[in-house]
Amino acid sequence: MKVESPASPNGRLRAIARHRAVWPLVALALIFAVDGVISPGFFHIRIVEGRLFGNLIDILYRATPTAIVALGMAIVIGTKGIDLSVGSIIAIIGAVITWRIHAGDPHFVILLIALGTGLLCGLWNGFLVAVLDIQPIIATLILMVSGRGIGLMINLLYGGTNPSFQSELLQGLSVGHISLIPTRLVLGAAIFAALWLLIRRTALGLFLEAVGGNSAAADLAGVDARLVKYAAYLICGLCAAWAGVILAADTHTSDPVSVGLYIELDAILAVVIGGGSLSGGRIYLGMTVLGALVIQALTTSILTSGLPPEYNLVVKAFVVIVVLLLQSNNLRTALYASFSGRKR
Amino acid sequence: MNEKYLPLLATIVVFLALFLSGGMLYKNFLSTLVLGDILADNAFIITAAIGTTFVILSGGIDLSIGSMIGFVGVVIANLDAVGWHPLASAATMLAFGVLFGGLQGLIIDFCEIQPFIATLAGLFLLRGACFMINLDSVPIRHPFVESFAALSIELPGEGYLRSSAIVMLLSLAVAVVVAHFTRFGANVYAIGGDRTSAQLMGVPMRQTSVAIYALGGFYSALGGVIYAFYTSSGYPLAGTGNELTAIASVVLGGTLLTGGVGMVAGTLFGGMILGLIATLINFNGSLNGAWIMIAGGSLLFIFIVMQRSLVGSFRLRATN
Amino acid sequence: MAEPSTGRIEMVGVSKAFPGVRALDHVDFAVAAGEVHALLGENGAGKSTLIKIMTGALRRDEGEIRLDGRTVEIASPGEARALGIGAVYQEVNLVPTMSVTKNLTLGRQPRRFGLISWREARERARERLKRLNIDIDVERPLGSYSVAVQQLVAIARALEEDTRVLVLDEPTASLDANETQLLFSVVRDLKSRGLAIVFITHFIDQVYEIADRISVLRNGRLVGVAAREDLPPLRLISLMLGRELERTEERLVTSALPPEGPTVLAAEGVGRRRTLAPFDLTLRQGEVVGLAGLLGSGRTEIAKLIFGAIRPDSGRVELAGEPLTAPSPRKSLRRGMAFCPEDRKAEGLLGELSVRENIVLALQTKRGWLRRLSQAEQEKLAEEMIEALGIATPDADKPVGQLSGGNQQKVLLARALVSNPRVLILDEPTRGIDVGAHAEIVSLIRKLSQQGLALLVASSELDELVAVSDRIAVLRDRRKIGEIAGTDITRAAIIDTIAGART
Repeated sequence: MKVESPASPNGRLRAIARHRAVWPLVALALIFAVDGVISPGFFHIRIVEGRLFGNLIDILYRATPTAIVALGMAIVIGTKGIDLSVGSIIAIIGAVITWRIHAGDPHFVILLIALGTGLLCGLWNGFLVAVLDIQPIIATLILMVSGRGIGLMINLLYGGTNPSFQSELLQGLSVGHISLIPTRLVLGAAIFAALWLLIRRTALGLFLEAVGGNSAAADLAGVDARLVKYAAYLICGLCAAWAGVILAADTHTSDPVSVGLYIELDAILAVVIGGGSLSGGRIYLGMTVLGALVIQALTTSILTSGLPPEYNLVVKAFVVIVVLLLQSNNLRTALYASFSGRKR
Repeated sequence: MNEKYLPLLATIVVFLALFLSGGMLYKNFLSTLVLGDILADNAFIITAAIGTTFVILSGGIDLSIGSMIGFVGVVIANLDAVGWHPLASAATMLAFGVLFGGLQGLIIDFCEIQPFIATLAGLFLLRGACFMINLDSVPIRHPFVESFAALSIELPGEGYLRSSAIVMLLSLAVAVVVAHFTRFGANVYAIGGDRTSAQLMGVPMRQTSVAIYALGGFYSALGGVIYAFYTSSGYPLAGTGNELTAIASVVLGGTLLTGGVGMVAGTLFGGMILGLIATLINFNGSLNGAWIMIAGGSLLFIFIVMQRSLVGSFRLRATN
Repeated sequence: MAEPSTGRIEMVGVSKAFPGVRALDHVDFAVAAGEVHALLGENGAGKSTLIKIMTGALRRDEGEIRLDGRTVEIASPGEARALGIGAVYQEVNLVPTMSVTKNLTLGRQPRRFGLISWREARERARERLKRLNIDIDVERPLGSYSVAVQQLVAIARALEEDTRVLVLDEPTASLDANETQLLFSVVRDLKSRGLAIVFITHFIDQVYEIADRISVLRNGRLVGVAAREDLPPLRLISLMLGRELERTEERLVTSALPPEGPTVLAAEGVGRRRTLAPFDLTLRQGEVVGLAGLLGSGRTEIAKLIFGAIRPDSGRVELAGEPLTAPSPRKSLRRGMAFCPEDRKAEGLLGELSVRENIVLALQTKRGWLRRLSQAEQEKLAEEMIEALGIATPDADKPVGQLSGGNQQKVLLARALVSNPRVLILDEPTRGIDVGAHAEIVSLIRKLSQQGLALLVASSELDELVAVSDRIAVLRDRRKIGEIAGTDITRAAIIDTIAGART
């Protein structure tokens, strides 16, 4: 292996390139740079009727549910697992909320019920993975396939197909605003802070990363892998529940078939763009949020640029591919080799 | 009775059980008419799932198949609009499927990116390409498609084996031969069973990996062709969610998601089980479409737990 | 030393060097047709390098290889196979989910009109197995058979029509007594058919049972080769461990009397089938007990059984008078027992995490997830350990995977120490550590015992054990065969005990 002295420009560049956190920032910067050129006035923020408006606010606003789900996903991925059922959990939550509102429960209690349902789903997934030792992709596939059906069934409990509801509390959380700032941003920040405290201010983060990084070593060092994995899936379920509350209240409807469709894919992408590895290990909470912002920034940028919205998916795919390829060591080595070869 | 046929048997038993219960619940259910319809309606997704079986047997996964189905249909419809013969477009798209799949396989192997993520990007790419070409459904007007759809073989009873089902069954036969009677097929099973051992035993890893995904691409493209001909249109949303259905069909067919164990023929029955469930529920006017999802999920759960205990017992023996 | 007979395969003056280490130094090694030749040597002796050169996985720097008198070049495993050299390794490198037939014919399936003919494949598989006098259902998955049978299938696969040399690398490591006999009968049969067989093992008893000649490597050199009858066990083990080198043996143990502290650890009848025969072992406060034995004799297994990393089939362990039921690493840590594994990469380190995080992990699991050690506390502990053990790292936040091997070992040691144990189990604590640090660790072990810690040290280095131990438990072929205490502890005594000259 060639050893470059760290002081040389090449060596430093390589060290920076190897730092996974660089890439989402670069991607975001590039996207904004292109925005600045293509859509003049992109960054303009104005205040209308006591609230902030603007593309940047829009990006933050729309990215919040995905970011929350991605945070839970990052934690699960850290244990070398994955949770494909988050979209279905969101569907179930929406149905549960609508059902209980129609049943007349106090809205604050309904919020708790919704979160509890998320925990229950997480418990189910955790049981399959930690106790039955089923591969996470397969285990969470079960709830993914049946979850939306369960949501539809719950809708039927009070005779509706796509029932709607009114809730000051929930709608306030989702679409309201606290002085200038959309409430959901505050909520998102609070969830992020809570997770950060949970992961970094207790030993849970260390245990999660240990189990995902090297489970044999973690075991010998006394970590209870089973409980740790349970915790991860519980947290993920809870995050999905919060996102479910926001999304359901956004449309104030229960639509189990299409709510949160493909959100699990966006969440996984956000985690990977943020530097997380699907084979477990380090959890980057902040970077994951950045990843979610990158994905949303792409979507918004395409919208404002005048490109037809259909381009969204393709551009998204390209960006993802490029980030992934650059993160791949093999490819980077091959590229550097060919470039340095040519220079000489 | 050889252990390896057990999962396949289980699947067939479940299928028959479901079919028979349908017969008990509804008049006229136990007929070749119903059977023929299930085969024809699900032919496209079963075909794609056959290709996915190879990928899963090798321990990988392919999330792009649903988008491939949509993309193929959209392109064929647009080529039809400029005068291409549907068979020519079909051939072109099959070639595209091979190339695209092969490229995915190469990226997975060379860049060491996990199959989940790589094929996820493929899913976005192809689906996005669909939307860029067409936002709405585009009809395929060439008379060939109509005559193709009309082709069918009469079955005893009142049923028909429609052209889509015929193509699917032929492709299944080819897949069975490839999986069980070629060196490539044996290599696929080896890689899925124990990757390191396979490498030490001399299996050409990169070539086989690329070929596996290329084969998967071919079959999903073929599924897209079948869908396009069957519906006489190119619909950009076609195949949405089908990657899940395909994976479920493979698992219900007795193939382990960890790789190395399973049979291509099982996927046929797995797909039919899903089709049967949908038909059963639709037959009953009062039952909601939600039951399809719940039933599917529950079956999946039962099969997975069953498979877990089966594998657990002999993997355990091997590691003393 | 006997002259190598004109053999099937002869390696003459073979040398191989890697950056910084001379793996093989002008080694001669020859195996005749119809001979079972055992190749022995401790860690780093050069056995695996020699075999890799023979099987084409590595290229030699110097020397010659002759096959039936003819000089040959072996540039790749494919070429080795073509020349008739087959090899079977300890891990059965076959696919357990596939049938025996498929495993035996993978890559070489008989074809008819381009498609595999399974009938012919099954016939070929049965034939191959028949050559080894094995008759099993070839259609069942390989994984449904015992490891012993799987190994025989692996041998069957390695044996082609024209195989002249067969290398068996630790074939009996996972077998029990009956299965070993089954393997030996196959080996004898192959021998009678003229194959030259290289048998690598660390089970001394088995060497004397099956081998015709024995070669011993040490530090890359051939130190002895003889017919079995001409090499008694004592001489063999001396060759392997280098007894004839005159060395002043240093003992750090100052007191002639055994430590008198209370018993902190008592293991009674602890054992596990196929892993270790039931044994007794006690540890007193302030005592250092060494675990000595050849490679593969069960040192790591005893350590793991006591710690609870391997579940015992029988016996009981008591820690400070309280029985340790349903042993597990977590329980042991909580009760004050810490373990430093031998395989740091696979079982010890969390490569992506920092030095600091690796060091505090065991202490943290002891405290539970809620009582997190604050950043300041962690840094302090890390600093202390880095200083105390001389861990070479610019800062404690570097990912531990980037440290050198020796420093990684120190991090693991730090982790165990930080959890404040009363019993510390060390498995090869000085593996891969430079000479200077080596001495530090040895004296550290004595210092810890003086502070009241009870230590169990498994090591392949006799000098190390002689230096630190109050008592030594001697192992051989997965069984504890004796103990040596106090002033009786010398290198010679250990070697004698292993060789069976003493009980």
